[in-house]
Amino acid sequence: MGIRLPCAIAIVAMMSGVADSIASADGFDENLDRFDSGKLLATAGVNELEGAGGGGLVPWALITGYGTSQAIGADVHFTHIALPDYTIDSGGAAVGLFDRLELSYARLAFDTGSTGGRLGLGNGFTFGENIFGAKLRLMGDAIYDQDRLLPQVAVGALYKTNDQGAVLRAIGARDADGVDFYVTATKLFLVQSLLVTGALRETRANQLGILGFGGDRDNGYSTEFEGSAAILLTRAFAVGAEFRTKPNNLEFAGENNVGDVFAAYFINKHLSATLAFVALGDIATRKNQNGAYLSLQSGF
Amino acid sequence: MSSKSLQRLSLAILMMTAAASGPKARADDTLYRDLGGRATLERIVDGAVAMWVTDARIAQTFDNLNLDRFKRRLTDQLCELAGGPCRYTGRNMYLTHKGLHLDIVEFNALVEDLQDAMNQVRVPFRTQNRLLAILAPMKRDIVTR
Repeated sequence: MGIRLPCAIAIVAMMSGVADSIASADGFDENLDRFDSGKLLATAGVNELEGAGGGGLVPWALITGYGTSQAIGADVHFTHIALPDYTIDSGGAAVGLFDRLELSYARLAFDTGSTGGRLGLGNGFTFGENIFGAKLRLMGDAIYDQDRLLPQVAVGALYKTNDQGAVLRAIGARDADGVDFYVTATKLFLVQSLLVTGALRETRANQLGILGFGGDRDNGYSTEFEGSAAILLTRAFAVGAEFRTKPNNLEFAGENNVGDVFAAYFINKHLSATLAFVALGDIATRKNQNGAYLSLQSGF
Repeated sequence: MSSKSLQRLSLAILMMTAAASGPKARADDTLYRDLGGRATLERIVDGAVAMWVTDARIAQTFDNLNLDRFKRRLTDQLCELAGGPCRYTGRNMYLTHKGLHLDIVEFNALVEDLQDAMNQVRVPFRTQNRLLAILAPMKRDIVTR
């Protein structure tokens, strides 16, 4: 069962808290700017591949967007990953509500290129995936609680649907859709100019859902570990590294732990660019899928 | 208990809590020296105040304020927090800011302008963050809206 049920209960229970925030007294203050872009630069992270606010591959406990606890922020992102045998494109949008609740959507396209032909699917065969995400900040303030050990903690869920059901079943996947549940903790150590995240995820997704959910080797949920560490070099520029462990559910192709090293540049509160080198391991029998990752984010 | 005694007791508890949750001043003066000592702190405060009073987001906070005394107090406070040979003798952060009803947008504006002021006198970024690390927890006392 892992963390799924507690996550779901926490999300539902806290929705009423969010509703309370929206309905609270300051809602009638006409001087309040609901789109204040008031957060400090870079303190909302970017969007990871599945659309959630965070780094490149890992969701962080920070809520996307520059809206403060009194406001709403949002962003769109486009990400392109060029691998030796595949390309991955992700595009989506996310909203941050009162620095408490984040809602995101991303569409992933996994283009098999000429490998598709070799796999018998046809050249350029593409798996498409829709990912609907929700993340709820439970407690802590990663930025301001510099005198406390407690990190900022959030729970989230990602509902993923893949549009190639028939092919997925042919390669051994059990389902064309699934839900990931995660808990993530983020802390900024200002004394060291270091931003750290650790996360636990319950998932059945194969290659993030690109190759379906569950499989003929393993069909249940597994607990995966993820982490990010970023050094802030200036207010606008951070470099870091991430890792994610992944399940290995399919007999036909093994799956590995993945990672990246990245550089993120926050041009201003409306535009950021992230460049990374990603090591995605073996994907659908093609080994050592290491390549370049580029992401652009625009929002407020 | 009379309402007046209750008020005094509440105020005393508030002050003690505010003091207990405040940032810890440095035991050694490394940060003070890395910041450039009192001379640089005075330049930082001059620059920050010059920006604050012209920053549309927060300028009104500084109306009716004796700026010279404010700058001296602020410099004393930053000096003491960074481990320097100064003593801040003003009231705690909660009491001094309570009447202003500052929100997080205004607090972040203060931070951004302070960062700009430190950039102007070329304080290294990592050193800036060591000072901000001491100031950051004050947000809980200063932001009351």
